[in-house]
Amino acid sequence: MASSRPVLEFRNVHTHYGPVHILKDVSLSIYEGQIVCLLGGNASGKTTTLKTVLGMVVPTAGEVLIEGEVVNGWRTAQIVARGVSMVPENRRLFKRMTVRENLEIGAYLRKDDTSADYERILDMFPRLKERLGQRAGTLSGGEQQMVAVGRALMARPRVLLMDEPSMGLAPVLVAQNFDIIRQINEAGTTVFVVEQNANMALSIADYGYVLQTGKIVLADTAPNLLANPEMRQAYLGEVG
Amino acid sequence: MDTFLWIVRVGAIILLIWGVAGTVVQGLSGQGPTGEAWRDLVVAGIAQGAMYGLIALGYSMVYGVLGFINFAHGEVFMSGGMVGFFVANYLWEVRLWETNFVLAILLVLLSSILTSTLVAVIVERIAYRPLRASPRLIPLITSIGISFFLQYTFAGLFGVAVKNYPPPPDSLRSRVSLLGLEIEGSKLLVIVVAVATMVGLYLFVEKTRTGRSIRAVAEDKEIAALMGIDVNRTIVATFAVGGAMAGVAGTLWALLFRGVSFITGFLPGIKAFTAAVLGGIGNLPGAMAGGVLLGLFEGVGPQLVLAGFGIPGVSQLKDVVAFTALVLVLIFKPTGLFGERLSAEDRA
Repeated sequence: MASSRPVLEFRNVHTHYGPVHILKDVSLSIYEGQIVCLLGGNASGKTTTLKTVLGMVVPTAGEVLIEGEVVNGWRTAQIVARGVSMVPENRRLFKRMTVRENLEIGAYLRKDDTSADYERILDMFPRLKERLGQRAGTLSGGEQQMVAVGRALMARPRVLLMDEPSMGLAPVLVAQNFDIIRQINEAGTTVFVVEQNANMALSIADYGYVLQTGKIVLADTAPNLLANPEMRQAYLGEVG
Repeated sequence: MDTFLWIVRVGAIILLIWGVAGTVVQGLSGQGPTGEAWRDLVVAGIAQGAMYGLIALGYSMVYGVLGFINFAHGEVFMSGGMVGFFVANYLWEVRLWETNFVLAILLVLLSSILTSTLVAVIVERIAYRPLRASPRLIPLITSIGISFFLQYTFAGLFGVAVKNYPPPPDSLRSRVSLLGLEIEGSKLLVIVVAVATMVGLYLFVEKTRTGRSIRAVAEDKEIAALMGIDVNRTIVATFAVGGAMAGVAGTLWALLFRGVSFITGFLPGIKAFTAAVLGGIGNLPGAMAGGVLLGLFEGVGPQLVLAGFGIPGVSQLKDVVAFTALVLVLIFKPTGLFGERLSAEDRA
């Protein structure tokens, strides 16, 4: 499954917010075709990690690489064009635009023909077909999630970032959400999930990293992490 | 709940009905204006309102993307009208104004659009962009400062006297018959140009790539950036388009009133802001409709409501009517007539 070169890689990345040291020597690798999750509680540095990938936070040391190319200091638009897109926390659709416009705007930077991706997304989420002309704000939560994923996929990303896909959703929708992630991964997209819900994320992931106050404290395959006693106690809600 | 507000509402409605009833009684007893006079008031109101609508678009668009009221927008409009005057005057001297009025007015329009666009973009770059991260009140206050700065820059450069555009050709001063209605040519031209411009803007915002990025930035800057949209460039585009609309309005003002001065932008600016609020700020078709409605209130309102109370010289009171309309809309429907929700809520 894993090819030799990671699609997305952090090499000893440090970031600062003013005088505050946020990410401390973070290294991680995401290989083509994988689902990799980054687990951690509040203020562990999960969001900063995503912002660093997207160029919204520039590392003070270390390197961020996309397919072997160092992208430190690139603008967000350049990084998006290079093949990274994100499904933001809480979906954040353009509520006043139609579903079709939301999908099309996902391909904003693409100059090639996007109709094949459009068809593929509608095949993946047939429910959206009847909703294309509807304003995105009028959709149900589950449908909005489909649009948010579809919008990100329209950029035909090399790696798809998912920010807290379980955040603030009813349990049914969370399960549905992780189904969607598995589905798009099976269709060939590499996925990097940032999540607090460790059980859910590890159930679909190939590999996991655990972030604690800006440091990677655990890194292992998902089954190993699920079996790890330290992990079970600290993150999987088991009382030891 | 709020008894005071309730009394104000009921009182406003009673006064409105009283005034209209008084006017109707006067009309029935043959004292009021004739049917033709009413028609002229309506047409003049629509023409002026269409111009307000064009300026209002600039307020609404900037509010949409940046969330503050750009009070310097009235001066953006004035700058176009002012530079247009010098071009018109030159064209009058070389006699193009008389020999080929269509070409002449197109050149004036072009110069006015270019000036207003340029002024709007420069103001954004110098005055507003450095304040992007400040609380909204800061650029708002800055815009008032810019407004005075532009007024007195123009006063200093070109003097304080009112500058009169050359007289339009006779064809525009005479009446044209349209669908059985006799309309003054210049007013008809103003309405046609305004409607065409508004339709053009609507298509631009709805159908083009830049238009779509403007809407995206208005809804959510962070996510727009995540789509690869250049937020700064989109904000510049918003100011440019709003400025262009104000430039068109500058030429229309000249067609309606001929006179421009450094202070010309003030009252129409405030009126257009009123129109934008009336239609629901941030909502573009609302701004257009709000402009036309405000023009109508202003054109017809004094005669229709105030004359009924037996107040003399009511046409002097059109500004009172316009701003009363604003207050009433804010009392009865704070989000404006066509406002969905206040966009601040979406922004959160």
